[in-house]
Amino acid sequence: MLRIKPDQKKRVTLTVNGKQVSGFAEPRLLLTDFLRHELNMYGTHVGCEHGVCGACTIIIDNVATRSCLRYAVQCDGMELRTVEGLADADGTLNALQKAFNENGALQCGFCTAGILMSATKFLQENPKPTREEVVDMLSGHICRCTGYEQIVRAILQAGGQ
Amino acid sequence: MKPVAFEYCRPDTMDEAMELLAEFGGDASVISGGLSLGAMLNMRLVRPAALIDINRLDDLADIRIGDATATTGALVRQAAAMNFPGVMSGVPLLAKALPWVGHYQTRSRGTLGGSVAHADPSAEIPLTLVTLGGAVKLQSPGGTREVPAREFFLGLLTTDRRADELVTSLVWPLRREKTGYAFEEIAQRHGDFAITAVAAEATVGNDGNIADLSFGLGGVEDRPIVADTAGFIGKPATQDTADEIANTVAEAVDPMIDMQANADYRRQLVRVLGARVLSAAFNDAKSAREAS
Repeated sequence: MLRIKPDQKKRVTLTVNGKQVSGFAEPRLLLTDFLRHELNMYGTHVGCEHGVCGACTIIIDNVATRSCLRYAVQCDGMELRTVEGLADADGTLNALQKAFNENGALQCGFCTAGILMSATKFLQENPKPTREEVVDMLSGHICRCTGYEQIVRAILQAGGQ
Repeated sequence: MKPVAFEYCRPDTMDEAMELLAEFGGDASVISGGLSLGAMLNMRLVRPAALIDINRLDDLADIRIGDATATTGALVRQAAAMNFPGVMSGVPLLAKALPWVGHYQTRSRGTLGGSVAHADPSAEIPLTLVTLGGAVKLQSPGGTREVPAREFFLGLLTTDRRADELVTSLVWPLRREKTGYAFEEIAQRHGDFAITAVAAEATVGNDGNIADLSFGLGGVEDRPIVADTAGFIGKPATQDTADEIANTVAEAVDPMIDMQANADYRRQLVRVLGARVLSAAFNDAKSAREAS
């Protein structure tokens, strides 16, 4: 059994985009805040902090999910994928990112990191989705700029349709 | 919005979970997926002294299909249930309800048991369990018990679970012969909290009349309810009867009033969605009879 007192900071070590990293977290530290403030990885955005907007979506142990509803201490030893892991080391965008670029699928970019991570996992499970399936998946994200149409097109393009 | 400081406890065994429940009782919150509880913690609507994280209790992630029931452990993720063929074919109403639960990114982590323990009055999983007449299994340091779903939900976010009890599994009656199932809801955005959700299980006899009926409503009163439809047993399973049942039930309910809808609107949804869902369940029952 693991017990961590309210004011006790525990070392949390996890793998983010293939690299082992670690920092300290008290029990109530959200995984989003751990990524941003302990690991200085600002790619994952914090929106509503109650699971509704989808901006903080990342891939944890191969599951696309909200990182604002997880505590860092729950994730010790886990494997994370965040938006920082999508492009090549030299900055070359991957196919999904290129499709977003080409279709104007973002404007302010606040929601984009979460949508990219959802779409990454979604396309891995369902490489040739229908338009309806993409729209259904996107219902878990809020974008206030694009009206979604360009995002749908970008994901369909990345899915090869 | 950040939670209050709490002690984090992660049991590796059920015995350890029981020790923690005995120690903290109502001062602890049990977290599984955290899709509802995490939001309430962040908004400080709950302020527990300790969080008991049951995610390492792997036994609670089991699904067992028996002769008459399917049993899903409290930790079964909503997405896992959707990907489990025995659940989808064996419990058709759950199969029809799950796509309405949250979103792709929340069903991946949210659990069946967590939704039942949380007891949001508009939630689809509690409504489905109540409509089917399923049960909730609980364990405390003192032992185990099984509570019929229709007695488990007591009101808004309130259940029969005692402070030292853990929801361990849900019991779902399997598909019955000559029986049809339907589910529908209205929400502001697909996947959001239902303003009203409606579920039906209808058995239609060879004479084309209603032999048995369970008509469930979520988001209408402060808990999922099953409407009194006893007076309609034996009536023809037609659209006219569906309309009549929905209209009668809409007059009988005592709807909640909140920011999303007033009582009249919820009554109207019971009429419209109710007629649609009952009719769909009747047709589904007839198809099931013809297929058998």
